[in-house]
Amino acid sequence: MTAKTKPFSFFRLINFFPPMLQQAIILPLLALALTLLISAVLLVITGYNPVTAYRYMWEGVFGNSRVFTEVLLKSTPLILVGTGIAVAFRCGVWNIGAEGQFYAGAVLATWVGIHLAGLPPFLTISVVFLAGFIGGGAWAVIPGWLKVRLKVNEVVSTIMLNYIMIGLTSFLVTGPMQEAKKVFPQTDEIVVAARLPNILPPTRLNIGFLIAVLVAIIAAIILFRTPLGYAIRTVGQNPETARYAGMKVNQSIIIAMLLSGGAAGLAGAIEVSGLTWRMFATISPGYGFDGIAVALLASNNPLGTILSGFLFGALRASSELMQMNARIPSVLFKIIQGLAIAFIIAFSLLSRKVASEKIADRAEAVPTTGS
Amino acid sequence: MEASTRLQLIGISKTFPGGVQANKDISLTVKRGEIHCLLGENGAGKSTLMSILYGEYHADSGEIWLDGQKATINTPKGAISHGIGMVHQHFMLVPTLSVAENIIMGMRPLASFLWYMKDIEKDIAEFAAKRGMKINPSALVSTLSVGEQQRVEIIKALYRGVDLLILDEPTAVLTPQETRDLFETLRNLAKQGFSIILITHKMNEVMEVADRVSVLRDGRMIDTLPISEVTPSSLARMMVGREVSFNQEKNDTPCGEPILKVEDLTLIGEKGRPLLKNISLKVCSGEIVGVAGVDGNGQSQLAFCVTGLMKPTSGRIWIEKNDLTGKSPLEFLKAGVGHIPEDRHAMGLVLEDPVAYNFLLQRYRDNYFKWFGFLNIKTIFEHARRLVKVFDVRTSSVKTPAANLSGGNQQKIIVGREIDRNPRLLVAVQPTRGLDIGATEYIHKQLIQQRERGAAILLISTELEEIMALSDRILVMFEGRIIGETDSDRANIDKIGLWMAGMQPEEAKQT
Ligand SMILES: Nc1ncnc2c1ncn2[C@@H]1O[C@H](COP(=O)(O)OP(=O)(O)OP(=O)(O)O)[C@@H](O)[C@H]1O
Ligand SMILES: [Mg+2]
Repeated sequence: MTAKTKPFSFFRLINFFPPMLQQAIILPLLALALTLLISAVLLVITGYNPVTAYRYMWEGVFGNSRVFTEVLLKSTPLILVGTGIAVAFRCGVWNIGAEGQFYAGAVLATWVGIHLAGLPPFLTISVVFLAGFIGGGAWAVIPGWLKVRLKVNEVVSTIMLNYIMIGLTSFLVTGPMQEAKKVFPQTDEIVVAARLPNILPPTRLNIGFLIAVLVAIIAAIILFRTPLGYAIRTVGQNPETARYAGMKVNQSIIIAMLLSGGAAGLAGAIEVSGLTWRMFATISPGYGFDGIAVALLASNNPLGTILSGFLFGALRASSELMQMNARIPSVLFKIIQGLAIAFIIAFSLLSRKVASEKIADRAEAVPTTGS
Repeated sequence: MEASTRLQLIGISKTFPGGVQANKDISLTVKRGEIHCLLGENGAGKSTLMSILYGEYHADSGEIWLDGQKATINTPKGAISHGIGMVHQHFMLVPTLSVAENIIMGMRPLASFLWYMKDIEKDIAEFAAKRGMKINPSALVSTLSVGEQQRVEIIKALYRGVDLLILDEPTAVLTPQETRDLFETLRNLAKQGFSIILITHKMNEVMEVADRVSVLRDGRMIDTLPISEVTPSSLARMMVGREVSFNQEKNDTPCGEPILKVEDLTLIGEKGRPLLKNISLKVCSGEIVGVAGVDGNGQSQLAFCVTGLMKPTSGRIWIEKNDLTGKSPLEFLKAGVGHIPEDRHAMGLVLEDPVAYNFLLQRYRDNYFKWFGFLNIKTIFEHARRLVKVFDVRTSSVKTPAANLSGGNQQKIIVGREIDRNPRLLVAVQPTRGLDIGATEYIHKQLIQQRERGAAILLISTELEEIMALSDRILVMFEGRIIGETDSDRANIDKIGLWMAGMQPEEAKQT
């Protein structure tokens, strides 16, 4: 019977690595490799040459400094949003509202950036960032509060708040906050002191990417190395035990949401102060939703979002190029993204199953939070 | 006539990733129609061996023979198709579904049974009755007692046509009456030709129900013997490898200041049902007060109230001089309350977290574990390594997730953590649930040591033996009230029994 059968030996191999390394690097890369492999088959079936396609893809990411910096610019909000979502998910709160929080942060940052005059650049930018953090954080605290006080399901409330914020933004940029010329549905430009300096002309690169990496590292330190983060994680894993251990469950949820939304809001602020310099209704191409995938691909480990955010940024950036050069429809990239997420979820579940059967059946349970 | 062999395991070995060798070359034979007890210390490899037989784990080497034929079992489904069923210690029922729905789940496509639910319910009731079990197939699982849920698990397995049933520590969560019912059922099944493998840590149960016993130690099979050739102490010696004393020496410690004072505590449940009625009690420094009673008579709620996890409807709670009525669990912790909770998986552990962090839990804000506001990983791990040694927690490392430990070793983490915090008041609910006799002896010693140190201990247990062995005073709970109080003299045991059944004997009042 059992003989020498080791059906899961592959996952034993993964479990050889410490969990941090697994989550941050091994699993995302593995998922990527498998995804590319299967996508190649898809490409062949649909009549494209995968070798050419992937060459264009490679060139679209690493081809020259211009495309590479574009990838970094695209990954910046993804890393930030993904980090924020990871923090909320670790606390067992399904924050699907990063899109709205991104907008909230961007709006507040823009407003501050337009009206803040007379301060030195460093201070101005700091205040703009703070505004972004507060805007996004406040927008996320609302569903957190509704959850702990009134037991409102956060999935529903965060999605609704997305719609409200996006609608509110459209209203603002066509009404109260519209540019002085009143031509386009957009705001005026923020003051020069509020703009992130360009660090590599002639590309558009600013220090936003470095800030995102820094925030991801700080978030990882908070989560894994501070009492606050320990409480947040314990609440996410077993709220009853957290209460038993004297942790303030409700407070932890609110703080996690504040940090989560704050990171998304900061992403909005960086987008405005680094690239667009103004606010308009379609400022996010869905960063808030891609961020969920980024967090999942990183097993909700903020450090991992640096790599997974970069991978998604690269996919997004290179898909445009491939569409132009190899005439491959960009829908295919939606499929690729989907595959990558499916793989990562399958991997993490299976590898945990090998580590312990007992955990596996808990991992599938929807997180609940006691009061 | 010699019964035929139902199951034969030959040379089963299993090493977990991380290097723990849980099973070493184990061979085991189970006959048709026998109740076979599997004994061994915590972490000896019992659950692992059974999980291999049930297809949940895969052996590295070894063979499984069923009815004289070599078999390959890769999944629980495969095991069931070979006639092997298992009831896990932690039930896997869906509480919001009915008994019948739970039993039938996964057997046929959903659509086909929705139409015939009434027929199926009737069929299940008849099926159970034929095997000596009573059950209401239309009842919701969430309304069942633990013993009834277990019965559902058993029927669920049998209904799939299994004739070899594995029960992993089924009695750990049962009341004595439920245990008797279960054994009655098992004997019935055995008579009908079913084979049963039963894991338990309780010697008296082994002696009562088993036909043969196998003992594991350190992943190895020590011996298999017919029940007529063993005694509780010979079994204990085989398991632990040394003599185990079943009785605890206890010094007379003078009772000190009252630590816990509860006055007129009442708790009304969700549907207006009173769960606790006018409870008043006192536990002094250096005193162990045992709370006996059949499970479900308010003991859990009492424990939750005096640890701050539930807010009483009325009444007051003092810890030493502090009135903590209505305060948060944190305030209770700060006042020096330790708590060994009843259900270690629901509360008290974070299974996904490493062992080290499970030793940290309440103390995560202690300066001792901090370094400039950050968690000091080094001290957290050192602290855990020390406690792992002191409390003999069998784990390959303190980095292992708690879920990978055997049930008894998980319990040792909680007990060790709570005792190590040197609480003023220790609320110990079923502190030795799932522990082997050696570990039970050790934990009992520790509890007595805490008492001698001057701690107040509220010991809540459904095991009368445990209560009798440790307590200075005994309270008996019935339907949310304290129905009687006595000292722990052996002579009182009948009186306690009557109280537990809710009776108030005239004689008891006079003495
Ligand atoms: N999934 C796992 N990964 C790694 N080690 C494991 C795993 N499951 C069990 N072990 C280890 O294997 C050994 C045997 O565990 P097992 O659960 O079989 O013990 P047991 O005899 O059932 O003990 P108990 O009486 O405490 O339930 C233990 O040392 C345990 O730590
Ligand atoms: Mg076990």
